[in-house]
Amino acid sequence: MSFVDSGLNFDDGSISTSGLKANSNKDLEDFLMLEREKAKMTAQMFEFNDICWDKCMTDKPGQRLDSKTETCIVNCVDRFIDISMFIANRLTQRTNGLD
Amino acid sequence: MDLGGVQLTNEKKAEVMAQVKQQIAIANLQETIQKMTEKCFNKCIPKPGTSLSGSEQKCVAMCMDRYMDSLNLVSKTYSHRIQQEAGRIQ
Repeated sequence: MSFVDSGLNFDDGSISTSGLKANSNKDLEDFLMLEREKAKMTAQMFEFNDICWDKCMTDKPGQRLDSKTETCIVNCVDRFIDISMFIANRLTQRTNGLD
Repeated sequence: MDLGGVQLTNEKKAEVMAQVKQQIAIANLQETIQKMTEKCFNKCIPKPGTSLSGSEQKCVAMCMDRYMDSLNLVSKTYSHRIQQEAGRIQ
């Protein structure tokens, strides 16, 4: 879907199988691995949007996203990622401290 | 990944890739519709009446567009952040 691809540009554009050795499925395996990574990111994007929509869309939807809401969404995604990294780091430190 | 040692022809591989792409596109569309319905119902129909009013329909139409705006903005912000973090590691 175009909107998903518009922001997350992991697409290589075209699928080329002609130049590869006939006795290997590596191209297909690479393709599936990449698609799996893209699907994970798409799922993450939907989750972010879920959380940030509820936090930032406080008014009735208008003719366009106002700048206040836009700023809120951008900050919401960035701060959510900050928090998830912070928690991961802190837990890692604690676990290491127990050794 | 185990393809059971079966060697696929290039034609078959291209077919599988196209099918996977199509299935992912359908799944993404379904997810979008489901989330959009949930968000816009909550936003625009606070007290469900005996029928959808004109203003409720207008609100839902507007909400659908704003939902897509939001999804696009989240997507852009997320991919920008991934690139930033990747640059930090290197």
